[in-house]
Amino acid sequence: MTSSETTEAALLRIGGLTKRFGGFTALDNVSVDIRPGERFGLIGPNGSGKTTLINCISGAFRTEPSTVVFNGEDITRMPPHVRTRRGIARSFQIPRPFRSMTVIENLMVAADFTGGHLSLTADDHRDQAMAILQQMGLANKANARVTGLSQVELRKMELARAMATRPKLLISDEAMAGLSGSEVDEVLDLLLKLAGESITIIMIEHIMQAVMRFSQRIMCLDAGKIIAIGQPSEVMGNARVQEAYLGT
Amino acid sequence: MKRNALAFWGACVLFLAAILVSTELVANEYWFFAGYVILQFIVLSVAWTILGGYAGYVNFGTSAFFGVGVYTAVFLVSTFGAPLPLQIAVAAVVGAILGFAVGLLTLRMQGIFFSIATIALTIIIETTVTNWRELGGAAGIQIQRPPVSPPFHSYVQMLVFVQALLVVLSVAIARYIQNSWIGRGLQALRDDELAAECTGVPTLRLKLTACVISGALMCAAGAPAAMYLQYADPGSAFNLNYSVSVLAMALIGGTAHWIGPVIGAILLGVTQQLLAVTISSEVNVLVLGIMLVLFVIGAPEGIIGLFRNRRGAEGKT
Amino acid sequence: MDLLLQSVVTGVLLGCFYAAVSIGLSVSFGLLDVPHVAHPAFLVMASYAVFFLNDTYEIDPLLAGLLVTPLLFFFGLAAYRLYYETFERRGTDAAVRGIAFFFGVAFIIEVLLILYFGVDQHSVTASYIGKSWRFGGMRIPLRLMVAFAVATGLTLLLAVYLSRTFMGRAIRAVAQDEEAVRLMGANPVRIKQWAFGIATAVLGVAGALLIIVAPVDPTLDRAYIGRTFCVVVMAGLGSMTGTLIAAIILGISETIVLTMFGASWAPAISFALLLGVLAVRPQGLLGRR
Repeated sequence: MTSSETTEAALLRIGGLTKRFGGFTALDNVSVDIRPGERFGLIGPNGSGKTTLINCISGAFRTEPSTVVFNGEDITRMPPHVRTRRGIARSFQIPRPFRSMTVIENLMVAADFTGGHLSLTADDHRDQAMAILQQMGLANKANARVTGLSQVELRKMELARAMATRPKLLISDEAMAGLSGSEVDEVLDLLLKLAGESITIIMIEHIMQAVMRFSQRIMCLDAGKIIAIGQPSEVMGNARVQEAYLGT
Repeated sequence: MKRNALAFWGACVLFLAAILVSTELVANEYWFFAGYVILQFIVLSVAWTILGGYAGYVNFGTSAFFGVGVYTAVFLVSTFGAPLPLQIAVAAVVGAILGFAVGLLTLRMQGIFFSIATIALTIIIETTVTNWRELGGAAGIQIQRPPVSPPFHSYVQMLVFVQALLVVLSVAIARYIQNSWIGRGLQALRDDELAAECTGVPTLRLKLTACVISGALMCAAGAPAAMYLQYADPGSAFNLNYSVSVLAMALIGGTAHWIGPVIGAILLGVTQQLLAVTISSEVNVLVLGIMLVLFVIGAPEGIIGLFRNRRGAEGKT
Repeated sequence: MDLLLQSVVTGVLLGCFYAAVSIGLSVSFGLLDVPHVAHPAFLVMASYAVFFLNDTYEIDPLLAGLLVTPLLFFFGLAAYRLYYETFERRGTDAAVRGIAFFFGVAFIIEVLLILYFGVDQHSVTASYIGKSWRFGGMRIPLRLMVAFAVATGLTLLLAVYLSRTFMGRAIRAVAQDEEAVRLMGANPVRIKQWAFGIATAVLGVAGALLIIVAPVDPTLDRAYIGRTFCVVVMAGLGSMTGTLIAAIILGISETIVLTMFGASWAPAISFALLLGVLAVRPQGLLGRR
């Protein structure tokens, strides 16, 4: 967390974030800086506040008086769609596709609203969307209805749609949950490829090998608090982290 | 796309011409009385679909907007003797403001709260107008028609043409929205509002836009009704039957495409006329309710959905 | 001052009656998220059933209400099954169609009542209708006191059911986290169906109270959409205690406005309160969200 390590400014800075729902404290004084281009893993048992943190970053939840600073700009008061235009994209734990549309139409929505729809034509948007689908290995499903996709295809489409907003920061919320071994590898390779294109990625996962392979830094939450943050091996070796996962 | 546009506008011109010609050829005034009502329902149903179909926010307050249109016209005529075009224009503005206010109040919440709020609006406005003595109160108010100018032979014929113009206007607007980025954004937010927000869609702004446009058109459709009936009273102007009828017409026709509410309005409008004249107005509402429920259960995409499934087609116009 | 006191007292009594009438909706809409705009129509339908029994067989209205209760329970079970199969399962557009469905059902019920009973008002006869009690300087209609007593009892009964019995707690659990309930081996759909059945069954006695308190006519459901949803939203979705408090607030507001401004403004009060709550504090007083 010490910013003296980095010469570049943090891409995402969260300071002392506390989020309460009635009497329940979902996040307790969470502070973290995410560096540009970083591969950041976020782990923690169920209910520890990971998705709440993502909702706070993407704007689905309000965070006042705590602040969220992205790319040097205070985005605390911005609604989700403005944050998306600033470059924050997320996938959902349970995929939320636009069911009445085809795969490529799903991406076109992103292109329409974050691609400067007044400057580019519909055809340009379509080409961009196809390029992303090809990258994701979904090109052959471009005109398929979303309702016919398999789980892993849905997950990839979630990520593709997030990518279609041309983000600087991509948050992947348990994209691999419930997938088979080879499917996990597919998604992991996809995320590594995206990271290779200098996109900052926060990955929330329970599949430890995937998190270990992917992350440069890992943060572990438990009951809303940060209990460990640092190098993957450090965090995994941390007794409190092991306790949190295995229970007492 | 260009060819489609030509076909569309060509059809509109033909439609208006046909109406004009009919005023010369058809002698029986009854056709114009009935035709006016059906055209009015087409405008209301198309306007409803802009918010209810494209955005997925079920507006139960069609009666409120319609009634406000009627009474705006009443107010302008009895106070200033305003001409019909001005009545309609002002009604549209009032409808836009009303749509904006209602939207701002309730569109941040789940769909059902919006729907209930629109019912609330209808009753509150109706109660207010009932207590407003200058507008006639509960008893109602009589309106004088100005003399009719050629080429029309009767005032009702002119009103039919005016509603026909409103039909063209509302359909053109709906078609534009449907084919534009506004329509796609509305479709996205209807499918999944949170996902749409996170994909960059400014959901609140789009919903408000749809609400404003829908409200303006509904009020505009209501304005000529004052002249049509030559009489206005809160019980009829704000009658919840308008809300049910328009809801049924739009859902039965199908809300994915602007042609749906047009079909629904014509089909149900004609049925209503037949039933009201031959049997009774209660049976009319009963049939409407039953058809609504049956379609909503069995044919969720309405009549256009049935056609699509049969042809296996998947195009947009 | 006396008049104001009388208004407040009447308002409280009326409020408790509104609670009984709305408590079913607190369950069906507040807990189960069913967009049940036909709830007031079911209520009026129950009232007419009570009228029918009272008129034809001279059965006491409250007893008639109890007699209709099991019928309403099964009706509720069936209605939920239909709703669930058609709407909750199917996903796209279901919300729009669900609301439209209930709206359509409400209208069908209203029209059928008009066709069968006519548009005029109907009322019931009973020993406690028509008399008043004197209390201090006030006159309280006896039927209001009866309604108050029964309503309070009914509301408390349902509240206890939801918090103390196994099924009641299962219903609350499903409302909070359906997935968790499924993982525990229970069938959430069956539980919700049962809950909806109970919410509808309650309308038997509530319907009796409705026609005891004042004459009914087929279009009464429109006014009660405002009242019931106002109460349920103001209460905070799913809170039984909140329902009672909110209903009393509504009751007092209505009687005060009635006394001060007359009956012509009466229809709008509940709707205005509803809009106000939605604008200012949409989560209500004691809501679960």
